[in-house]
Amino acid sequence: MTKAEIAKAVHERVGLTKKESAQIVESVLSEIRQSLEHGDNVKLSGFGHFIVRQKHARRGRNPKTGSDITIEPRSVVTFRASPLLKNKLLAEGEK
Amino acid sequence: MTKSELVEIIAEKQGGITRREAEVVVNTILSVIGDALASGGHVELRGFGSFSTKQRNARLGRNPKTGDSVVVPAKTVPHFKPGKELRERVGSAA
Repeated sequence: MTKAEIAKAVHERVGLTKKESAQIVESVLSEIRQSLEHGDNVKLSGFGHFIVRQKHARRGRNPKTGSDITIEPRSVVTFRASPLLKNKLLAEGEK
Repeated sequence: MTKSELVEIIAEKQGGITRREAEVVVNTILSVIGDALASGGHVELRGFGSFSTKQRNARLGRNPKTGDSVVVPAKTVPHFKPGKELRERVGSAA
């Protein structure tokens, strides 16, 4: 599934035009991204939490050359699915 | 940011829709993604990331209270992989 199919569902269920639907899907994703960029977690109840985690610097190795390198500290996004979403997947598996 | 804050921002930025409509939009997006995952699908959102499912094998667990061995059944769990753009933008903000 892609953004186009999600936009189609928005168009059908909400009644916005196709163009508006595509645009609003884009802005929802973009707002989530911006919040995460600012280090602010995004909590979507019933779906899950997008959490920004800080990774420490660590020593790694370039797998190609074998040389030691330092991996700089960085932030990464992790997703914790809500129990509701997890259950949705489990319920489907039992069918 | 919470879901209601997201709804608020979307309602403000998108002209001509009510807060209520923005809420339906956000809920529609999330439930469509959830439905796709529940039916075993994969959702790819360019510039953002992709949602997929992963299989967990059955394993032997323990009831921490009684110490009894219990079989934890196999299950399907949701998984999110951040896309390149999201990774780069969040990473560089560190």
